Amino acid sequence: MKSVNLETITIAEARRLLDNKEVSALELTKNYLERIKTFEKNIDAYVTVTEDRALEDANLADKRIGEGTQTNLTGIPMQLKDNICYSGIPTTCSSKMLENFVPPYDASISTYLKNENSVLLGKGNLDEFAMGSSTENSALKLTKNPWDTSRVPGGSSGGPAAAVAASECVFSLGSDTGGSIRQPASLCGVVGMKPTYGLVSRFGLVAFASSLDQIGPLTKSVEDSALVLQSIAGYDSRDSTSLDVKIPDYVSNLTTDLKGFRIGIPKEYFIEGISSGVEKSILDAIEVLKGLGADVKEVSLPHTKYALAVYYIIAPSEASANLARYDGVKYGFSEKNAETMWAGFENTRSNGFGPEVKRRIMLGAYALSAGYYDAYYLKAQKVRTLIRQEFEDVFKNVDVLAMPTSPTTAFKIGDKIDDPLQMYLNDIFTIPANIAGIPGISIPAGLVDGLPVGLQFMAGTLQETNLFKAAYAYEQATDWHNQTPSV
Amino acid sequence: MSELTDLSIEEIRQISVLTRIAMTEDELDVMRTQMSNILDSVAILNEVDTEGVEPTGHSVNIKSVMREDKRQDSLTQDETLLNAPQRDGSFIRIKAVLE
Repeated sequence: MKSVNLETITIAEARRLLDNKEVSALELTKNYLERIKTFEKNIDAYVTVTEDRALEDANLADKRIGEGTQTNLTGIPMQLKDNICYSGIPTTCSSKMLENFVPPYDASISTYLKNENSVLLGKGNLDEFAMGSSTENSALKLTKNPWDTSRVPGGSSGGPAAAVAASECVFSLGSDTGGSIRQPASLCGVVGMKPTYGLVSRFGLVAFASSLDQIGPLTKSVEDSALVLQSIAGYDSRDSTSLDVKIPDYVSNLTTDLKGFRIGIPKEYFIEGISSGVEKSILDAIEVLKGLGADVKEVSLPHTKYALAVYYIIAPSEASANLARYDGVKYGFSEKNAETMWAGFENTRSNGFGPEVKRRIMLGAYALSAGYYDAYYLKAQKVRTLIRQEFEDVFKNVDVLAMPTSPTTAFKIGDKIDDPLQMYLNDIFTIPANIAGIPGISIPAGLVDGLPVGLQFMAGTLQETNLFKAAYAYEQATDWHNQTPSV
Repeated sequence: MSELTDLSIEEIRQISVLTRIAMTEDELDVMRTQMSNILDSVAILNEVDTEGVEPTGHSVNIKSVMREDKRQDSLTQDETLLNAPQRDGSFIRIKAVLE
């Protein structure tokens, strides 16, 4: 078997190797399966490794490459977060509730990837039902950060971020409800991107908070991020919130010239609680952007400080409605020994859900209940309007915003798990993008004590081209994306 | 909401009934403290003047989507029932609804 250096390989590089017949999709896939076997015992990024599926996909890809009909992602070994349905493969949401659930249908993006003959290596670990910021809420696996295995990978897409960082796949797809792609990407030193709400179909993504959830790529480079988004973006009639818009060519618009490009630095993102190392890395990054010709100016988004509170009303409220479906009757975990139907529901939900999921369901039910609806849910929705308007206004004057992705680098496993409020603060810089529905990206921008720091950009609605432009220019001017952990 | 939130055990018990999540007395007590703390932290929203502000449900403008009324393939009955915990032929078996 031909050996490939997986630590440096991107989609773009793999495409070149595959198209030039320097390596076959089968050889590349076997390299990854071998690496997964070696490193998974330290990292635990996968809930399920789909070896048979991967080998079959690779053979199909090689056939297609032989015919010369390949597309961007043909033969590229990848992972899906385990809340994205793939027909015939378990989709667990890292929950006891769905531990044995095998979807009889594909998420739309799974169909897109199949149509390109991408290679599915397996499903990535997550905080149960994507609720968390450290992946410690997974009921099935404890994922470790490849840069320091005593630390968390972030979350909820901790499996996908760790798998990309440890080169256990070329790319992965995650979901981002309040930062669940960008924050783990930041903590694991990879590129994580959340598209505009509605740009990528949510059909077949297990619902958490439907007005905030969005699927996006975790990759080793900005170019790869653009390549993956190109493949998965677009209107889907099966998602009632799907946007029917023309998709631009993200990749060909990548450029390193930022002359005249307007970058806003929102002062509310440099607050108490941000670690000095992270702050310094981001301030250094801003100097790099200035050096590339960008017109950098300070801006203000005064409602930022309310975003976390808005999120912790809206997300649990939607979750309490979405997760009402898990009753042990139609699918999933079921306590069969209960005496009555009602006791069956109550015991199924009590034993099938973990503590964070229960907390959010109950908090949401409270916020939506009679007498409290106006004070909590309606109030949060109104503040959401103000946050959204504030972003709309600021994007009249700047092309992107630059800020840290997370206030700290990766923290120790166990440090924050007993204090929900402390854990929620990890997402303070990522949540506003979900509230407003705008796109955001986190890219590697430094190391503090050997741990990665993420630089975040946000852009206006459907301005992904601007987002990639800023990220690509910064990436090409620095070397942070070439740093890999020694796993 | 401006004063510290202090949910009662009875309120938590009522929510556990509404959400169909069975809880022990100890679990109810932990949840009471945690939910009170979280609700305290969101009380900051009271500072914001939202007089005359319309609520946002979704960040994109959503129109009701209609499609032509024509036959489409869907999952078979067997596929649909594949994950049912207790199945009886083409039915899902549950406990008696009426006693």
